[in-house]
Order: sequence, then structure tokens, then C-alpha cells
Amino acid sequence: MDKLAHIFRLGLKELTSLRHDSVLLLFLLYAFSVAIYMPATGSVIGVHNASVAFVDEDHSQLSRRLAEAVQPPEFQAPELLPYDQLDAALDGGRFTFVIDVPANFQADLLAGRQPALQVNVDATAMSQAFMGARYLGQIFQRELLDYSGRQTAEQAPVRLSSRALFNPNLQGGWFLALFQIVNHITILAVLLTGTALLREREHGTLDHLLVLPLTALEIMLAKICSNALVVVGCTWLSLELVVKGALGVPLAGSLGFFLAVTALYLFASTALGIFLATLARSIPQFGLLAIPVIIPMLMLSGGSTPLESMPVWLQRLMQFSPSTHYLSLSTSILFRDAGPGVLWPELAALAAIGLVFFGLALRRFRSSLAA
Amino acid sequence: MSAWAIRAEGLSHGYAGQLALDGIGFALPAGERCALIGPDGAGKSSLLGLIAGVKKLQRGRLEVLGGPIEQRRHRASLYPRIAFMPQGLGHNLYPELSIAENIQFFASLFGLTRAEREQRMASLLAATDLTAFAARPAGKLSGGMKQKLGLCCALIHEPDLLILDEPTTGVDPLSRRRFWELVEQVRAGRPQLTLLVATAYMEEAEQFERCLMLDRGRLIAAGSTAELAAAGAGGRLEAAFTHFQGGAAQRQAPLLIPPLPAQSAEIAIEARELSLRFGDFTAVDRVSFAIRRGEIFGFLGSNGCGKTTTMKVLTGLLPASAGSAQLLGQPVDAGDLATRKRVGFMSQSFSLYGELSVRQNLELHARLFDLPATEGRARSQALIERFGLAGHSAEPAGALPLGLRQRLSLAVAVIHGPEVLILDEPTSGVDPAARDDFWRLLLELSREQGVTIFLSTHFMNEAERCDRISLMHAGRVLACDTPTVLQQQFASRSLEEAFVRCLEQAQGESAPLPPLGTAVAGTPTTVHRGFSLRRLRALAVRESKELLRDRVRLAFALFGALFMMVIFGYGISLDVEHIAFAALDQDQSPHSRAYLEAFRSSRYFDERTPIGDADELHRRLQRSELKLALEIPPGFGRDLLAGRQPQVAAWLDGGMPFRAETSRNYVEAVHQANLQRLATESSPALAAPAAARLETRFRYNQDVVSVNAIGPGVMALILAFIPAMLTALGVVREKELGSISNFYATPLTRLEFLLGKQLPYLAVSLLNLAMLVALNRLLFGVPFKGSGLTLAFGGLLYVLATTSLGLLISAFTRTQIAAILGAVIITTLPTIQYSGLIVPRSALEGGSALMGHVFPAGHFLDIAVGTFTKALDLRSLWPQCLALAGFFLASTALSLWLLKKQEV
Repeated sequence: MDKLAHIFRLGLKELTSLRHDSVLLLFLLYAFSVAIYMPATGSVIGVHNASVAFVDEDHSQLSRRLAEAVQPPEFQAPELLPYDQLDAALDGGRFTFVIDVPANFQADLLAGRQPALQVNVDATAMSQAFMGARYLGQIFQRELLDYSGRQTAEQAPVRLSSRALFNPNLQGGWFLALFQIVNHITILAVLLTGTALLREREHGTLDHLLVLPLTALEIMLAKICSNALVVVGCTWLSLELVVKGALGVPLAGSLGFFLAVTALYLFASTALGIFLATLARSIPQFGLLAIPVIIPMLMLSGGSTPLESMPVWLQRLMQFSPSTHYLSLSTSILFRDAGPGVLWPELAALAAIGLVFFGLALRRFRSSLAA
Repeated sequence: MSAWAIRAEGLSHGYAGQLALDGIGFALPAGERCALIGPDGAGKSSLLGLIAGVKKLQRGRLEVLGGPIEQRRHRASLYPRIAFMPQGLGHNLYPELSIAENIQFFASLFGLTRAEREQRMASLLAATDLTAFAARPAGKLSGGMKQKLGLCCALIHEPDLLILDEPTTGVDPLSRRRFWELVEQVRAGRPQLTLLVATAYMEEAEQFERCLMLDRGRLIAAGSTAELAAAGAGGRLEAAFTHFQGGAAQRQAPLLIPPLPAQSAEIAIEARELSLRFGDFTAVDRVSFAIRRGEIFGFLGSNGCGKTTTMKVLTGLLPASAGSAQLLGQPVDAGDLATRKRVGFMSQSFSLYGELSVRQNLELHARLFDLPATEGRARSQALIERFGLAGHSAEPAGALPLGLRQRLSLAVAVIHGPEVLILDEPTSGVDPAARDDFWRLLLELSREQGVTIFLSTHFMNEAERCDRISLMHAGRVLACDTPTVLQQQFASRSLEEAFVRCLEQAQGESAPLPPLGTAVAGTPTTVHRGFSLRRLRALAVRESKELLRDRVRLAFALFGALFMMVIFGYGISLDVEHIAFAALDQDQSPHSRAYLEAFRSSRYFDERTPIGDADELHRRLQRSELKLALEIPPGFGRDLLAGRQPQVAAWLDGGMPFRAETSRNYVEAVHQANLQRLATESSPALAAPAAARLETRFRYNQDVVSVNAIGPGVMALILAFIPAMLTALGVVREKELGSISNFYATPLTRLEFLLGKQLPYLAVSLLNLAMLVALNRLLFGVPFKGSGLTLAFGGLLYVLATTSLGLLISAFTRTQIAAILGAVIITTLPTIQYSGLIVPRSALEGGSALMGHVFPAGHFLDIAVGTFTKALDLRSLWPQCLALAGFFLASTALSLWLLKKQEV
């Protein structure tokens, strides 16, 4: 009971000192509002607004028809390009796709000579290149079939209806908003606790705490709890006001359950922050140590790049990162409305990681105080 | 030259609405020595800062060395004529640099030639007895040596006005004596030198011709020291100060020390042959003493002599390397919470929780010591009354004057009624009247309640009040006994003299100071105004030395980049493969199996155990075990043959839209293949060849190897985070630790300061760039087709831009926490989402598109990918280079604007 009272009192103290750094509060505000809203509305996952050019050497009805079939929102209205500029346009990155309709295309087609329609793709425009090439292929296939009077989808022997669950229109913003929140939680959890600890050490106030009848466990828990409280609070406000309010994303799952899982994640990630802080001797060292830990936690958690496509050793490594489990839990809870009954293996993994980090941090924390 | 060195009229200065100086007016003739005295918080440091030009003048008139200080031109001409040593032991020194390097740095800021510098440094080092230690890092010097080094740095450029802010606080008496001898020598060689010194030692102030007395922001007296002192009892300045304070009412009976009651045999604190070593440095060297219950035991010595370290060992904060320590009959053990409850500790650096009120501070500690809530409140109230804090109980502790704050610290230390009190310099920086007050409390605790008190101090008159004292120097106890016995032992008239003798014996009789060479009185140096490459170089060299000595930081910067390159090179891939799918085949006919077979054989899909029913389908998708579920309706085969167009349903997990979108594409492709197969099977004649062929050519990356596009792009990501983090603490750390005052007080311009801080990190970042390019070529085998020169040029512009972004954040923030967090939060979004690494920049809209264009990562991504894969050179990449250069210029301009050459 005394221990709980200690943690509570020390936690309150942490919160008051946080309140006094106005620049820090400004960054918090940005992280949970603008930095969520902007990417969610401004960048579209998949093919969107891709730049296309046509080199029309045929000047036929068919070539014009093909150009007209390429339409927004997936593609920008195609620009016409003379043949000799094809390479330069691709090199300069002005267009992601350049379609070359050869001379006599229409005539050859009608004569059954199977002319070739060339789609040049800038393969360095990663996500758009492959998907966009496939889209263009489908569009042209349809147009050509239609033009030559062959069968259309209506006459196919089997029809396919593909439906996306949990986000029927596949709106990228839904996921991006959540992904940004997860990222910012990670950044704050690791950096805020770690730096706060080192700062107390640089200013000597840690010594004072350590001569009080407090254990290292209580001091650590107070830091973890107070920082977790701030971040959970910000997350809740951000979900209510920005994600549900401003962005209008329907969240299927239980917010309470999500926030509880967030608290569990914060336990793991703040412990990681403290652990890193005990490895560094000064704040500049900590900052540089934290970067190669945090950035992979953000980039490789499965939100930007699919886990399944990574080499197996990296997939295994990322299983030790709490962010991987947390991101997957977040989408399951908020979009798929999954409950603890379904998610317990992931929850257990997250808790186990948290305990390991916490144990390590506690051990290092105790011994690093001596130095 | 004007006869007045300083003339002030109606000088006022405030912080956030609180007035620190109120209507100060005085004049100080050139060539005189003047002391500035007053309690802590009286405004001494503010006044000195204003005169030194370090603080921005708010109200009133101030002329220094013949011109108004608020005039920028005049201030610029003053830098070489004023030397300012700020408060705090070595706060403006660079702990990583050696003594010689510190002096060299200051010398080059003032534009001394190498010959001048070497000559002056040699004579200053000789005069300060530091020659033998010239190679020792400043961080490892004792307090006295730090102050002497500070003086060397201040005097290297031969000023006309020397401003010292409490230069001898925390310095042992022998060093103090040496310090003043040195100042006198300098004055002898340079008679026009005006000296203005703030001091806490009245004996020192009495040595100066003039004196200014400051109390609560007001000048209560100014004039010749002798005349002022005459107003006090016994002609002493200390009494005079109380007199001018108008404190007749405050005057209390002189402090009497009641004798220690009957000697108790019980030992409360005992140290036996206690030693503590940090590496090869011995901080505490075989220290032994025993303190009896109820005794007041004093530790006397300079800062850095091992007092604090010994106390930390006794409280269990540091483990002893050798020897033993006992507290209340128990061996000291860090894990022993029961003993901690019987001990109260007041540490030197700890100054309470400033944001909490007096009462809250007391009640917080009562709770932490497990006092029941009611008892804690009652005890807090009792202490507030006993310690005279009743009028301030609701004020935040941070707003209290130092004297009151120390009283509150003591109250906090005794809240739980401890049997032993360990106080580390409890009265440092407290004015004499408040110190007496504090001692009354200590005596009451000791004599009436039998509390054992172990304290450290560097005030001799406090040491005289202790029952026993031990003189400490360089980690060793030189002598230990009652003050009277010590005085007799060293045949001295005062305790101070005894200490000086004792130190001299320990160090060996040192030779009288060698005369200071005539070089010190040489020609005044001319300082280059405006931008100076030499000063820039001096700063860059210093910053590089600090970086090179902090190997760990350098290693983190280099290996962190390599590590990220490797795992991102392997890890980031936009190919969606191995999509987990399962089928709910309600038909189980040869036709349905054939349809599904096409999915099984595709490399994009991995099949899992078939689904039993619709519920299971939903559940498995929800659990994210499946990304795709295919549902084949009952009677699929029959309907197919009958031409009734059966419908297959593909259920996708929409949780991650990008993946769902790609999966949908693949599903449709496989479906098309199925249709083609069905058409061929049903009537080969009908399946005519396609009307036209579609040729898709993937350019620049024919094999569609992800890493060829990702690898160069990842460089843009890494070179945004690491350089920004390297520089983000550059300015704010100096602000937090105090060395920023050198920027305020020297001719260093803002641009020199910023660029000097940037250059070393620019070099590290370029090294990073080279390593990343090598990794891409050698480890990932990414072909390099374009112009290497263009990549190098673009890379240089890029790291210029990202390091300047770090500096901008550093100039903007006030704490290191905010700077670190800001660097990551500001860099993350535009680098990861808007650089084009994942989503092309052309697909961005609105604010996102704007950020994508403004932020440098996208431009460098174009350059890196363009030179690596597209064989491009500067002819096509010049717009990107221009944008990067623009970003660098704009953020540097913004930093210049945010960075102030003077404090508020």
C-alpha cells in the first residue's frame, strides 16, 4: 500500500514538471493533431494521381480512346508527348508511366496482326509502379476487348465479387491515421522517459530520490505510469477529436479496450526507453542510441512495408519489437472489432516483451546508479 | 578615456514580471576595485550580466567604458575590453578539453596570434601554478583549479574591465588566497584595469576600495568601503550590511553555541579506511572518522576534494571501493530501507521540486516516508511554523529566495524525525543573517533532540561552530579535531589560517608566485569585427575535439546508420507476397478445386487450412490470421456448366488498405487466368489469340528488385535522422549547462557560432553518406549508373540542410527533452511519409504535398535514386539541388533570427 502511495505521489510530481515545458507541450499537440490529420487526408495509399504520358504515333480513333480511358482519381489526365522525348521524360521523373502507341496500331489490330502496346514504367516509383502497371493493363485489356467486340465481363462464365471487410472502400486515411498515432506513441514513450531519467541524473535530483526510502522499482514505475498517463490521455483525445471527429473514421471496436492495450504497450516501450537511458552516459548519446531503435520500430512494424515480405530472420527479429504486436493489435481492435478472446496470443506476447524489458531496465537502472 | 568605467542610472531589470533590479544608479571610476555584496537573489548576477553586455538592457541608462551598452557597435568594440567570469564553478569551461585547450579556445576567439597566445598562456599558467596540469581535462580539476583556469581564460585577452561573479565561492582558503594574489599581480602590470567582483565573503569585500550593497533588487548603499563599514558595529562590513538593510528589527542576539551535553559513547556514523576510486582517479582516499550521537561534525574543504563523494558513500548512493562505513550501528547498504528512514539527507544540487508549493513539498516527503496522512499534515504544519515559513506555505518552492529555500530543504530533510542528518553544503550561497538563522535550527536539533549532524561547508565561521571538524583535501582527511585544538595544533590565530597552514604542509611549501611576464601588459589586441574565419575555425575545432573524445556518441552515430541501412535494405519491400488465404469451398466439385488451384499455385498466395463455415471465415479474418478468404457457393460446378454465371466471393482484410488493394489486384489477375483456362477448355476454337499484346517494361529496375529502388531511398531517411539528432542538442545543451555565456561574452558572431557547431557534424554525416553508398554497392549490389559527383554534391547539400534543421530545433527549444523529441517528431512525418520512399510525392495533396516539397528528404531521394538507377547527373537534378540549398539557407536564417546574442 505504501508502495502504491509512493508511486502515486512521485507520478504527480512528474506530471507537474512536464506541464512547465511549453515547447514540449507544443510538440505533443502537433504530434497528436496536425501530424495525424495531414497524412490521413493528404496521402493516398495505392495508385492515386499517378502521372501518365502518351506517345501517340498512331493518331487513330483507337489510340485516342485508349488515352481517354486513363482517368482520375487513379491517374492524372495523360499528357501527349513526342516520341523523341520519351526517355528524357522518364529520366527526369516527370512521368511514372509513358504509354507508346505504335504507328498503324489500329489498322494492325483490325487486321489481326496483334500489334504491341508498350507501357513504360518507372520502376523506382515503388508502390505506384507495380499496381499502376496492373491497373493500366486492366484498363487497356477492357478497352481492346470492347473495341474488337469480344466478350465482356458480363458474359464471363464465373463472376468475381471482391469485398473488403472492416474498411469497405479501402480508404487509406483510416489506416494512416492509426499508424501515425502508433508511431507517435512509440516516439514519445521511448524518448520522453529516457530523456527525463537522464536529465534528472545530469541535474543531480536522482540522488535525492535515491536516499529516500524508495526502491528503484518505485521510481521507475512512477516514471512509467505518469508518462503512460499523459500518452494514453493524448491518444484518447486524438482518437475522439481527430480520428472520429475531424476525419470521420468509424471505429468499430471498443475504445476502452484499445486504451487498455495502449497502456500495456506503453509499459513495454517506456521500459525500453529507460533501458536505453541506462546504456547512455549523456543525453546526446541517448538521442543517437534511440534513433536506430525507434525508426526501425516505426518502419518495420508492418505498417509501411508488409512483414511477410521481409527475410525470415528479420521477421523473427521484429517479433521482439513491441510495436509490431501493438500495430497489429490496434488494427484488430479498432477496425476488426476483435476482442481479448481472439487476441490473447498477441496480448501475451506484448506483455512478455514488456516484462523482459522492464526486468532488464530495472537491473541496469540499479547498477547504473552506482557509477 | 572617460574617468568612469561604469555609470548606471535608473537601471531596472525583470524576469516574467518580477523585478530583479529596481532603479540602480552608481558610478565606478576607472582603475578601481569594487565589491558587490548582497544575499543570493538580490540581483547581483543580473547587474553584472548587464554590465558585461551579456544581458539585454531593459530599462535605464548604462555606460560601460565610455559608451552606451545598448548600442550594438559599442558592444562589439567592448568584447575585447571586458572579461566576464560567470557564477558557478567552471560552468563556462569545457570539461572535455584540457586546460591548455580551454585557454587556446578563448585566445583564438579574441584573435590572438599563435606567438602572443603561447607567451601569455605560459605566463598565466606559471602564475596560477597550473603549468604541470596543462594537459588535464577541465572536468577533472578541483574547484580551486577550475576557478584559476577560468581566470586565465578571462585574462588571456587583456581586458580593461574584469567582472567576476562569486569567483571564490566553494574554493578552499589557500586557493582563494592564491587567486587574489594573482588578480593583484595582473593589476600591477595593468593599472587601468577596473575590477568588479560579486562575493559572498565579507572579508574579501573589505579588501576593495569600493563597495556596492544590493538587497532585493535595490542598491541600499554605495561608496568607499571604509566609510560604509564604519556604519556597522565594530567597523565590520557584515554588520554594516545588516545596518543598511534597515534590519534593526531583524537583529538577533549573537549566536551562542551551547556545549555538547555529556559525551555519549554511542557512535552514530563511522568510516574506516574508506576509499572510492573512479577508474584511475581516487576521489576518497582512506578516510576514517567516528561521529558520536548528538554531535555536530563538520567537513571542511574545497569543492571537488571528496566531501560530497564521502557523504554519498555514507548514504549508500555510491558503493565504497575499499574500507567500511557504518550508520547507526549498521553497515551501509543501498537496499536497506529501514535505515534510510532514520536518516535525513540534504544534497547540494537538490533544490526541491520548484513547481510544488512549500506545503506540497513537505507533504510529498511525509508521504514518501510513510507517515500517516494526518500525522504528515500535522508535522508539515508544525515545521512550517517552526522554520518561519508560515507566510510562504502556498508559494511554489522555486519562487522562494535561496535562504528560505534552504530552510525548506532542511525542513524536508527532518520531516520524518531522523536520528542522523547529513547535509551537503547546506548554506552555500545564503547570506550571513540567513545562515545564522539556519544554525539556530541546527543547534536546536542537535542539543535538544539529540540529532547527529554531519555537514560540509567551506565557510570558516561555520566550521568554528561545529563540535569537531575534519579538514579535507584531495580525497584525504588532513586533520580532525575540535576547532580550538586544530588552531593550537597549527599555531594559528584563526581557523582559516590553520587550514591554510595545514594545506601548505600537505602540498609542500610552494614557492612565491613567479612574476607575471611583461607580455600580459602588451599591446591591446585588435578584434576582427563581422564574420571571422579564425573564430569559426576555433569553434569548429573545439566542437570536433569534444565529439572525438566522446567515442560512444561517435560510434552510435556511425554504427547506427550502418545498422539501419542493413535492416531497411532487407526489410523494406513493397512487394506483397505470401498473402495468407483460405477457402470456404461449399461445392467441393472438380470445378471448384480447379478454380482454387490457380490461387494455390500462385507465388503471391499461401494457403492455410480450409474454412468450415461463414462464422469461422469472419473470425479468422478478424484475428488477422487470413488476409483473404475465398468463398465458393454451393452448386458452383453445376451452375458453371449450366452457364448460370456462379459468383465467387473474395473477402479481403481491409485493415491495411494498401495491402488489401494489392491483394485485390492479384485476386483479379488469378481470376482472369481462370477465365482464360475455362475458355480454352470449353471450346479451344473460341479462345482466339488476344487482339493485341501488352508489353509492360519496368525501366531502371528491370528485375523489379525492391532494394535497387529502396536502398538509395533509405539513405535519404537515415541522413535525415542522424544529422538532425547530432546537431539538435548543440545550442540547447549549452543553454542548459551554462557554457552559452561564452557566446554572449565574446566577439563570436551568431553565424560563426552556428556554422562552427555545424561543421564537425557535417563531416560525420558525409562519412555516413560514404558508408551508406558503399553498403548499397557492396552488400546489396545496387548498380550505380549516374554521376558520382552529382550524388556527392547533392549529398553535401542534403546533410547541410538536415544538420541546419537540427540547429534550428536547438535554437528554438529550451530543454534537451524538447529538443530530442522535436527532432524526431518533426523529422519523422515528412521523411517517412512524404519523401516518396513509400508513396510517390506526386500522389500527395494539400498540406502533405507542401511538406513533401519543402522538406529536404524528398529532393535527396530524387537525387539518390536518380544517380543510382537512372544514370542522371546535375543537368536533370539541379532543381532538387537548388531546393536543398534553399532549405539550408532558410533554416539557417531562421536560426540566426531565433538565436540571441544577449540573454533576457
